[in-house]
Amino acid sequence: MNDKPAEATKPARTATPIRRVVNESGIEIKPLYTADDVIATGGIDTSLAGEAPFTRGIHPLMYRQRPFTMRQYTGFANAADTNKRFKYLIANGQTGLNVAFDLATQCGYDSDAPEAVGEVGRVGMAVDTLRDFEIAFDGIDLDAITVSLTINGAAAILIAMYLAMAEKRGYDIAKLRGTAQNDILKEFIGRGTWVFPVDPSVKLVADSIEYCAKVAPKYSPVSVCGYHIRESGATPAEEMGYAFAIAQAYTDAALQRGLDIDEFAGRLSFNFNIFGNLFEQVAKFRAGRRLWAKIILDGYGAKKPESGWLRMIAGGGGFGLTIEQPENNIMRGAYYALIAALGGAQTMALCCYDEAYTIPTPKAQRISLRTMQLLIEEIGLADTVDPLGGSYYIESLTNQLEGKIVEAMSWVDSQGGIVKAVADGVIQAKVSEYAFERQKALESGALRKVGVNCYTDTDEDKPQVDLHGYDEMGAIAQIDALKEVRASRDNAAVERALAVLRAEAKVGHNVMPALMDAVKAYASVGEMTNALVDVYGRFREPTKLWRKVA
Amino acid sequence: MTAQKDDRRIKVLLAKPGLDGHDVGAKVVVQALLEAGFDVVYTGLRQTPEAIAKAAADAKVDVIGLSILSGAHIPLCRRIRELLQEKGLYDKLWIVGGNIPEDDRMVLRQLGFRGVFPTGSRTADIVAFIRENVK
Repeated sequence: MNDKPAEATKPARTATPIRRVVNESGIEIKPLYTADDVIATGGIDTSLAGEAPFTRGIHPLMYRQRPFTMRQYTGFANAADTNKRFKYLIANGQTGLNVAFDLATQCGYDSDAPEAVGEVGRVGMAVDTLRDFEIAFDGIDLDAITVSLTINGAAAILIAMYLAMAEKRGYDIAKLRGTAQNDILKEFIGRGTWVFPVDPSVKLVADSIEYCAKVAPKYSPVSVCGYHIRESGATPAEEMGYAFAIAQAYTDAALQRGLDIDEFAGRLSFNFNIFGNLFEQVAKFRAGRRLWAKIILDGYGAKKPESGWLRMIAGGGGFGLTIEQPENNIMRGAYYALIAALGGAQTMALCCYDEAYTIPTPKAQRISLRTMQLLIEEIGLADTVDPLGGSYYIESLTNQLEGKIVEAMSWVDSQGGIVKAVADGVIQAKVSEYAFERQKALESGALRKVGVNCYTDTDEDKPQVDLHGYDEMGAIAQIDALKEVRASRDNAAVERALAVLRAEAKVGHNVMPALMDAVKAYASVGEMTNALVDVYGRFREPTKLWRKVA
Repeated sequence: MTAQKDDRRIKVLLAKPGLDGHDVGAKVVVQALLEAGFDVVYTGLRQTPEAIAKAAADAKVDVIGLSILSGAHIPLCRRIRELLQEKGLYDKLWIVGGNIPEDDRMVLRQLGFRGVFPTGSRTADIVAFIRENVK
């Protein structure tokens, strides 16, 4: 068209090359979204909140009617100290309790077991017998405050203990609400508090679902956790996809007991993570809600709409927090809380800013609680349902995320299903590979992390973090209390209850009734676990040589 | 990765003592060590100090690495040190990583754990430390 020299045709503004952005789930992000993108990805789900498939929320009015429950993860030392901290949090406006147990309890050991040395009361409350639960929940109204037990390997035992404690205090357990984490499959992928081998572990989950469906139908016996899978390295889409595969495994096991899908599906709940890209996480929650509703209502043919609710605690975010410049974690926590609120979580909990150093101090707990309260009181997050719904970007991402979650589930199927994939270790290997890729990207600077590989302080002040020390005397007191219970209970009754438990496990019956009787006789967590180990055995992770093939 | 001067590959035992189930970091380190050309014996979770000392002796490793995030690092390291000494493994390189507060790092070094890598350490630094310190 013209014969001017090339340099003269340069546009007035030099176009800087546009950065390519791909989110963690593998979706390429455009610089601008329009209505065309929403249509191209599958259109908008125009159903309202409270209407299947619940993309916008499981309740019609969401937080306008009832704000998210605030439930910080707490528990330490012994039952008496934990009871005090519970009351402190309740006095500060917390509306639910999320109980942390020490590792001995989580792994089914008594406080005086050799395996428990140095661990009693360290990362949570030590529980040996029903006596500990009686003390921990003393004076707490179990109707007003819902209690979530973060327990997995020993979940069947602790659910029995909670129900027995409530019953003793005069509550009607047919009406009692509450949650147990009780998601053992994810423990084999990440977190690691398994006790029994994979198959009997899944059997125990089915036992608790069946028992609660019959006896405590308002109690949520399982909270399926994508959370820890994500912490172990999975992408947001994989987090949700693997969690759904796990939830299906429990659902199938419960159906095999002859339960109807509508008898228990509505009591299944979920636990998801909130660190990472805000829009990707919000889309993950919206897409997850829609997909889970389709799976349960269409796939399993549930009749009750609430069976298809993706009820969830969204929280934590521990993997997103850093040891460097720990105060930055307060800001991260605030953004993560925003993600959970925009995502429509029923319950929220935040990792505290000091968690990379220690179990949270009361001050850090209070900051997390205030962060969530701020969203409701000052920032307007409880005013309207699904505030990001209708955004071209969010709607497109929601559609694409749903596809990615389905992809992750198909991959699990291709590995022979979730139980086999976990038993074979293929999920663990995949998740761990991604964690390593992520670490390499952090070290190379390809993945930016404020205070870690950019905006680092050369003259950084020593972080002001108070450490929570180990209470040796507390551990001794716990062991003494256990000995006292052993001396004062009817030991013949305990022996009888344990013999029944062993026999029921052996013939493959539901062990929950036998556990209820053993708990009420003040049998200890370790004694009941050992009775089940006699039948099921104990899981061992193999020690093996890894060698890179050149 | 630079080739090692020695023909023999460096062999590392990476162990998770105690009841702590946090294994993301340990598995990341396993992969970093493999990529650096080392052989790695990973014990899996929940090993007793006795089992770790035995695995270290049986596998004839050059490096014994522990990963502990529960906060129980001092009692565990103290016990494992006794057992490693009993087995005559005091000439091996002992390292430990995890949630280790500043004040405890010196204690662990005094116990003989020459490399202490708190949460947030770079895997490249762990690899370099092993290369420099394996006899």
